[in-house]
Amino acid sequence: MANEQVIERLAGLSSDQALDILYKMLLGRRFEERAAEMYAMQKIGGFCHLYIGQEAVAVGAISTLQPDDYVLCSYREHVHAVVKGSDPQRIMAELFGRETGLSKGKGGSMHLFDVKNGLLGGHAIVGGHIPLATGVAFAVKYLERPQVVLCFFGEAAVNIGAFHESLNMAALWKLPVVYICENNRYGMGTAIERASAIYDVAQRACAYDVASETVDGMDVLAVRDAVGRAVALARREHLPSLIEARCYRFMGHSMSDPVHGHYRTKQEVEEQKLRDPVRHFFDVLSAQGLIDQKGLEEMDARARKVVEDSVQFADSSPQPPPKALFEDVYSEPYGPYTKSEPRP
Amino acid sequence: MPLITYRDALNQALREEMRRDPRVFLMGEEVGIYQGAYKVSRGLMQEFGERRVIDTPITEEGFTGVGVGAAMVGLRPVIEMMTWNFSLVAIDQIVSGAAKMLYMSGGQVKIPMVIRGPGGAAHQLGAQHSQSLEAWYSHVPGLKVAMAATPYDAKGLLKSAIRDDDPVMFIEGETLYGSKGEVPEEEYLVPLGVADVKRPGTDVTLFAWSKMVKVALDAAEQLAGDDVSCEVVDLRTLRPLDRQAILDSVRRTNRCVVVEEGWPYSGVGAELADLIQREAFDDLDAPVERVTGADVPMPYAKNLEHLAMPGPERVIEAVRRVAYLD
Repeated sequence: MANEQVIERLAGLSSDQALDILYKMLLGRRFEERAAEMYAMQKIGGFCHLYIGQEAVAVGAISTLQPDDYVLCSYREHVHAVVKGSDPQRIMAELFGRETGLSKGKGGSMHLFDVKNGLLGGHAIVGGHIPLATGVAFAVKYLERPQVVLCFFGEAAVNIGAFHESLNMAALWKLPVVYICENNRYGMGTAIERASAIYDVAQRACAYDVASETVDGMDVLAVRDAVGRAVALARREHLPSLIEARCYRFMGHSMSDPVHGHYRTKQEVEEQKLRDPVRHFFDVLSAQGLIDQKGLEEMDARARKVVEDSVQFADSSPQPPPKALFEDVYSEPYGPYTKSEPRP
Repeated sequence: MPLITYRDALNQALREEMRRDPRVFLMGEEVGIYQGAYKVSRGLMQEFGERRVIDTPITEEGFTGVGVGAAMVGLRPVIEMMTWNFSLVAIDQIVSGAAKMLYMSGGQVKIPMVIRGPGGAAHQLGAQHSQSLEAWYSHVPGLKVAMAATPYDAKGLLKSAIRDDDPVMFIEGETLYGSKGEVPEEEYLVPLGVADVKRPGTDVTLFAWSKMVKVALDAAEQLAGDDVSCEVVDLRTLRPLDRQAILDSVRRTNRCVVVEEGWPYSGVGAELADLIQREAFDDLDAPVERVTGADVPMPYAKNLEHLAMPGPERVIEAVRRVAYLD
């Protein structure tokens, strides 16, 4: 009980909540590790951007939300979907391109949508979804609803015009949106120092009089704290915020890219891995007596089982039927347009 | 039947649909306080307030994306482009966002949204303000493209577009805003995807849309004096295309000319020519002719601009070619 009080003082969390956060980080880690293996086995195709190393950001941020709040992400979003409440089996099935996937196999790794859980994609033009999130927040305010919108993107996205246009409108119109910049230091292979005239991403919020905070993105409690304040501001006063979460991706930009090489050294990656956010949070909870190594192993077995089941589900699911090719182009039946197109 | 302008017909459509459905809102540059750059939104802020008639910064990509985002969760935005020329800085939101959301989400996320504003050349506005971009947007599966030639069609089509569950690019004619036509007082809709025969004829079909309908009608009138009977088919919607109406007309007349303001290369007329040669090859007595804007950036000088634009003279020449009259 004393330990729990300490935790509560630290972050206002019950022990169950704290353990759930650890579990979700672990689940996200195991999911991505297995996705990497499935990619290597060519069960997953196309681009596959893994989240390993950044788990504290999605888990900490989304832990502050109500179930009907909205989340919009970039293309590195598998773990955001897991944490927002999507069924891991249907996420994996989407990665496999199967009919049972969240988007019926037609979105893929970069386009996960799960409307009933408030997940509005999965968008793959860098920064292009930032206006969308702003529009969802506009709708929330228009409809006088109490929801909040979280918008996740990488640090490379803050150089695109859509970011600036969005922050300006969100501030001008007082919209309930929290922009979360996951600063993992590299836009693909270009270090932030080589792409941005300003090192501190959070400073960019000043230009639009938007509240901002820089937070250690490898510390899930710190992320939760900062995003929690921003979410409260959005919900209470309909004001936007920009949170810069400084994190690190342990993998390459996508599965087809090297972990290190021309743009960063192996030594740098190894040093960063010493700050592993999952291990770090386990150590915090362990020091509080909330979990021990045995407890971690049990938790890990549970996470691995969920991931294994998701792989089994995905692998045994059918491919989309040929007729799906022309479905959902429009709200009404459509296609094929020419005689020489496939006629499913 | 009251005679009103194309501008007022659009205004009536917006007003009626906003009264009918509280989820409909209008957003764009100068739509509110200023009453619209072309006065299409005149009086709407007075009636519906700043909540539903929203002036934006000059931020086309941003506010187009806001429209798509709002549509994702059930609102029905009408986004005004001051002109479609400015949509080029918003095209990612339209093509990567609005057009693909339903498909990428496996049918979960509809985009019931209209983007509207004037397109095409006006008078000496120069290269960057005189573009007909309908071919660009018609190219994209997931988008619909509507272009009205008359006040009647403008009102009925816009109302249908606002009620449609898919993103509709509604491209108005910049020089049509002041044109007048009969518009009934009672409510009506013009469905998307249905062409309209604006003038029946027997010898040659002229396919046109937006302000080229007037050019085609003028040409048809002059040709009637030479005993050439032209049918003028107004496509009204470029996507979905009323293929049946196109083929029906060609099968009646066996000859056709497509009149298009835009550039010839990969233009909408090329699509029509392709459709007609594949589906009605045996009905054709002459190759499909196209009259288009000149394949150049629009010049400023009045005489050069006039040369670049399709006019009745060039249409008449094309008709005479397909009818083998020269």
